[in-house]
Amino acid sequence: MKAILTLDNLASGLVTTIWTPVFVAIFLAIIAYAFWPRNKAAFDEAAHLPLREE
Amino acid sequence: MSQPSNSKSMTIGESGLAVVFAVTAFLCVIAAAKALDGPFAFHAGLSALASLAAVFCIVNRYFDRPPELAPAEINGRPNYNMGPIKFSSFMAMFWGIAGFLVGLIIASQLAWPALNLDLQWTSFGRLRPLHTSAVIFAFGGNVLIASSFYVVQKSCRVRLAGDLAPWFVVIGYNFFILVAGTGYLLGVTQSKEYAEPEWYADLWLTIVWVAYLLVFLATIIKRKEPHIFVANWFYLAFIVTIAVLHLGNNPALPVSVFGSKSYVAWGGIQDAMFQWWYGHNAVGFFLTAGFLAIMYYFIPKRAERPIYSYRLSIIHFWALIFLYIWAGPHHLHYTALPDWTQTLGMTFSIMLWMPSWGGMINGLMTLSGAWDKLRTDPVLRMLVVSVAFYGMSTFEGPMMSIKVVNSLSHYTDWTIGHVHSGALGWVGFVSFGALYCMVPWAWNRKGLYSLKLVNWHFWIATLGIVLYISAMWVSGILQGLMWRAYTSLGFLEYSFIETVEAMHPFYIIRAAGGALFLIGSLIMAYNLWMTVRVGEAEVQMPVALQPAE
Repeated sequence: MKAILTLDNLASGLVTTIWTPVFVAIFLAIIAYAFWPRNKAAFDEAAHLPLREE
Repeated sequence: MSQPSNSKSMTIGESGLAVVFAVTAFLCVIAAAKALDGPFAFHAGLSALASLAAVFCIVNRYFDRPPELAPAEINGRPNYNMGPIKFSSFMAMFWGIAGFLVGLIIASQLAWPALNLDLQWTSFGRLRPLHTSAVIFAFGGNVLIASSFYVVQKSCRVRLAGDLAPWFVVIGYNFFILVAGTGYLLGVTQSKEYAEPEWYADLWLTIVWVAYLLVFLATIIKRKEPHIFVANWFYLAFIVTIAVLHLGNNPALPVSVFGSKSYVAWGGIQDAMFQWWYGHNAVGFFLTAGFLAIMYYFIPKRAERPIYSYRLSIIHFWALIFLYIWAGPHHLHYTALPDWTQTLGMTFSIMLWMPSWGGMINGLMTLSGAWDKLRTDPVLRMLVVSVAFYGMSTFEGPMMSIKVVNSLSHYTDWTIGHVHSGALGWVGFVSFGALYCMVPWAWNRKGLYSLKLVNWHFWIATLGIVLYISAMWVSGILQGLMWRAYTSLGFLEYSFIETVEAMHPFYIIRAAGGALFLIGSLIMAYNLWMTVRVGEAEVQMPVALQPAE
């Protein structure tokens, strides 16, 4: 196990752990995008997309 | 631009593909001659024949077609490519019936073992993968390919990309099914559940799947509609993830390039983890994401209502993407897999509850203001009931992934019941609904031959599902409880054969349920056949009329 604090261990620990906050941040950004008030009109329009095709 | 009409030449795609198939035919003949085992010789021969047929078809099509390829637009309207969709829809119905029938046969074998006829080719072990692959990959896969090609064209308002490429995808995919299915009967398998096909079939599927991805992506890229509709996101996730799963789970080294046997690169518990990372995400991205795309397009279209919440559909999509990929370890509870991995898989499975139900609510609530259509339109009813089954099985799944529940349910028929409530109720019904919508649209018919027959199909199949899943719940829990029953002296109360005997009546009920489901699909096939044969043609709108030439 990584009992000793070396630069190597720190780096590999960071690489394996960083994904959790990164993914959480990306997901939160997606939620913000979905609920951004300015996007509402475009999304309401998109919800009608199957109905207005030729 | 305006070439004289008599100058006609093969496109690079036509000549290139013809040459490639000619060379493939030659190589396959050599492989058949040098084959180390019978099934490999058979498959090499089959591939040689198929390659020659492909060369013939490409050249024949070239001589039959006008000098110019089909235009992307006619009178400013997209000239949609329905040919590959028709082919895949037909194959879906064909494989569906075949798969349901084999399912009925093996269900009957479990009730009456003599039905395996004491022949190796019809034994349960060989027919079972034939059943699962036929219903999931052959029936479901063709529905997904057909509907994705339909939806991507319509929602992007552009003709499908490629000339031969879409045909290569649909025919190539069905050839893969043929090789895989005949392989199972002949005993060719790499023994990975839902990934049984051997190395050469896997390689072929990889080529076909990349072509599928390219056709789909190229169509999206040249779209006329600026927004990429949510259904296309789900289809794209399905196509990309299946590619990744297929490549991750199947790296194998063949014993010889002239033999069917290979050894998978992964070993031990890593192999098990890879297998169920693959297996559960086949559920998540093949049987869920792809069919959710169908839900997001066909339910609004059929109900003539917009999607209830487009915002929710975006969150639904990304939540599924972020969570599903971690759920695989719940297939390996109480095995050599490290405890923390099991708990991680269980946790993510429980979290999946939320996006699943978010999606279900989004699908159901799309009917707001159109609920009365459930009474009059059995196709819409089928689509909506499928979403209800989706909700039910995605409630049951996370519950079964909880370790203490799993200690009772694992290895019992409860799992089979759970899978079939999802497979028959959700995937089956949403596919039937999509085909009932798509066949009249693709063949340009006013409507289905008979809505009454759809109604019959709906009720017969629903009764079949209820019989099937209730029988398996009772049998599964009974089985689990009998396995863990101890006497006061600490001995197991029941021998294994006593548990088998106890399940006999439920196996008969299950087979009866499967028979009803099969009968429903035969009614459907008749209805679709008559729709195409005698259905009234939809009157073209004036704008779509072709100018006299």
